[in-house]
Amino acid sequence: MKLELHRLNVKSLKFGDKTGFADGVLTVNKSELLALISEDELLGKNLDVDLAIPGESVRVMPVKDVIEPRFKLEGKGQVFPGMISDVETVGEGKTLVLSGCAVLTAGKLVRFQEGIIDMSGPGADYTPYSKTCNVVLVLEPADPNMDKHDYEKACRTAGLKAAKYLAEACKDVKPEKIESYEFAKIRDAMNSYPELPKVGYLYMLQTQGLLHDTYLYGVDVKKILPTVISPLEVMDGAIVSGNCVSACDKNSTYSHQNNPVIADMLKRHGKDFNFVAVIVTNENVTLADKRRSSSYATKIAGMLGLDGLVITEEGFGNPDADLIMNCWKAERLGIKTALLTDEYAGQDGASQSLADSCPEGDACVTAGNANEVIILPPMQKVIGYAEEANVIAGGWNGSLAEDGTITVELQAITGATSELGYTKLGAYTL
Amino acid sequence: MAFKVIHYINQFYANIGGEEKADYKPEIREGIVGPGMALKAAFKGEAEIVATVICGDSYFASNMDEATNTILDMIRKYEPDAFIAGPAFNAGRYGTACGAMCAAVAKEFNIPVVSGMYPENPGVEMYKKFAWIVETPDSAIGMRKAAPAMAKLALKLLKGESIGKPEEEGYIERGIRKNMFYEKLAAERCVDMFIAKLKGEPFETEYKMPVFDRVDPQPAVKDLAHATIALVTSGGICPKGNPDHIEASSASKFGEYDITGVNDLTSETHCTAHGGYDATYADQDADRVLPVDVMRDLEREGVIGKLHTKFYTTVGNGTSVANAKKFGAEIVNRLVRDGVTAVILTST
Amino acid sequence: MVKEIERKLPVVHMCTIVPISQTVGANRIVPTIAIPHPLGDPTKTPEEEKILRRKLVERALKALQTDITEQTVFTE
Repeated sequence: MKLELHRLNVKSLKFGDKTGFADGVLTVNKSELLALISEDELLGKNLDVDLAIPGESVRVMPVKDVIEPRFKLEGKGQVFPGMISDVETVGEGKTLVLSGCAVLTAGKLVRFQEGIIDMSGPGADYTPYSKTCNVVLVLEPADPNMDKHDYEKACRTAGLKAAKYLAEACKDVKPEKIESYEFAKIRDAMNSYPELPKVGYLYMLQTQGLLHDTYLYGVDVKKILPTVISPLEVMDGAIVSGNCVSACDKNSTYSHQNNPVIADMLKRHGKDFNFVAVIVTNENVTLADKRRSSSYATKIAGMLGLDGLVITEEGFGNPDADLIMNCWKAERLGIKTALLTDEYAGQDGASQSLADSCPEGDACVTAGNANEVIILPPMQKVIGYAEEANVIAGGWNGSLAEDGTITVELQAITGATSELGYTKLGAYTL
Repeated sequence: MAFKVIHYINQFYANIGGEEKADYKPEIREGIVGPGMALKAAFKGEAEIVATVICGDSYFASNMDEATNTILDMIRKYEPDAFIAGPAFNAGRYGTACGAMCAAVAKEFNIPVVSGMYPENPGVEMYKKFAWIVETPDSAIGMRKAAPAMAKLALKLLKGESIGKPEEEGYIERGIRKNMFYEKLAAERCVDMFIAKLKGEPFETEYKMPVFDRVDPQPAVKDLAHATIALVTSGGICPKGNPDHIEASSASKFGEYDITGVNDLTSETHCTAHGGYDATYADQDADRVLPVDVMRDLEREGVIGKLHTKFYTTVGNGTSVANAKKFGAEIVNRLVRDGVTAVILTST
Repeated sequence: MVKEIERKLPVVHMCTIVPISQTVGANRIVPTIAIPHPLGDPTKTPEEEKILRRKLVERALKALQTDITEQTVFTE
């Protein structure tokens, strides 16, 4: 399997007559983009598109998802298969990427579970999406009393459509950089690098209902048995986020497209280990499902004869139980594990960080304590609704001060403690 | 201007006497007494001991609340910037007093508190979460090492500098998790650690898995037909509109709600405040989390004596163990007071 | 929370993710249906749901009436 990423580096954004890319600037035809997302009758009349550039005194909230604009130039299928494109398998051919650019879905809250992105100030240090040039969709439901699942889906789809639209408009521009990725067939992988350990990546996805779901080729991942996927498919948007509750540690669609664990494992492939497979699994709400999925996912790893697994969790609390089961079940099959999680150690950092534990989890990296409190000074401009700070996960009644200052836990900042490891944050013990 | 520091020592280091004077009542003296000299030397003028509190170890141990309050009142007028206690080395009662005073001062005045102890001093286990305790040798021979280390740490705290890892700074690990930005992405750190583990090379986990303590089970309920059963939940069920603003995550409080005469929870009356799960089902029918309807039936049928008139609720999502513990302790006190026999706790 | 209650009153923990309850240290545990609806099942009719809920609550009451010496999961 071979995939080329054709990159254009977006350094700034502006509105203009024709959507397109030139000299580092992505021009967005606002009315065309608005018309595209307005097609969905589940969305209301007062939609807007706004721009947020790194360094600006801008706060976007509440943010639901972050998506990187991509478009397939060649090869089977199209980006976000099964969501806004056909279900055909992706991961081969050529895909255009608007690097440094992201679409944010924001606006009226689905249900007190979305996040905050500051483009400058102390909050900007914590979110990876303060460094991207963001095209912000400000959304609202057609009917304030409409079913929340429908509204969530409408927001999700609008973001994906916008991301594809922006990249597609740049499809004739000569790429500034071409990266080539290859991933071997399992048969060939088994015969390669006999001196290196065979390893895989166990990719845990949050799958617990409204604002807690993830999609694989359009399939609700709570309904799958763990399965094998190529990392190149992930780059083409095979995995799409439908969740953002406690936005700090939910994997945005952007972080799936740019999964840094996959990126690093591809880099080390052939040197430190032989990277054979990615296994995706879910984090469901019943114990039977948790037991089944952890047994099945580790069984696949065992069938592939893997020597090691990197395991990333998504979320916290009950998913800690999935993480722990995946860990000890793999270890007891003789598969060495390293875990990537984050912590909920209380605002003072003095409580236990995880809800579950096992002695086999002896190699654990964390993306920081999500309960740590941060003060976000006022911004000149807020895209969205600042008052939601008082109700979103990580905030409390009184989080928003009169002058616009917001005091919240890192939990409320989109991507702050990404368990795909997309930030440099971590923690240590005092 | 130099930072103002209050120093706490026991009767022995104040040269008042040994065990025979251990019931010495709290006293405050302007300026430096005893080991404060070593601290002064280490402060190099950047901080100044404005007063020294002296208290007998036995007196403190047998009158903890009173002694603590007396001492807090004594030091209030000095408006100190920091509080240093000891070092207590391996003296158990002295260490406990140092730790307790540090914890009380930190809570009351929100200023840095530093002590020094031998790791096996019982004061360490009791107070390390509340104070910076510099590791010292087990006896006063270690004063020459301990005082400069304590002074150095106190100065760092006073200047608001960030504090490094325990082994770098010389204090005893407090068990408090602190965020920091590393050089590398968490993903890269994880793959690095993975490779080290695969190769059998040494590596240091970033988080040691917790070990949870245990509580002995209570005896069984003997006479259910006359028992009062209370419902408690961490699933966030509350009257519609969440009147007490219980947080969607990291709850800072719990709610106590009357259900006298309530036979069924409905979407009209109750909802969930919880932000950590798909709330659709609980909002439709909160009995799915807090089974009031069934409990009422069982009460009517005489299976249980009585459903307690109040239920207790909080949001388990992202809520620290410390807060959960506090809520649990407070809730059970109220339940015991109200004559409840046993509890059904539901979690989501 | 469950442990603090257990210090003074018998308590049964009704939860879905039993391993967490076991790790944390609850003593009497009754497994429930699913995280968002531990004592319900939206795919059933309200009547069926209530019967199911009653069964689970009765199991919890049975747990409270059982003397135990170690962590026990009550599955019937």
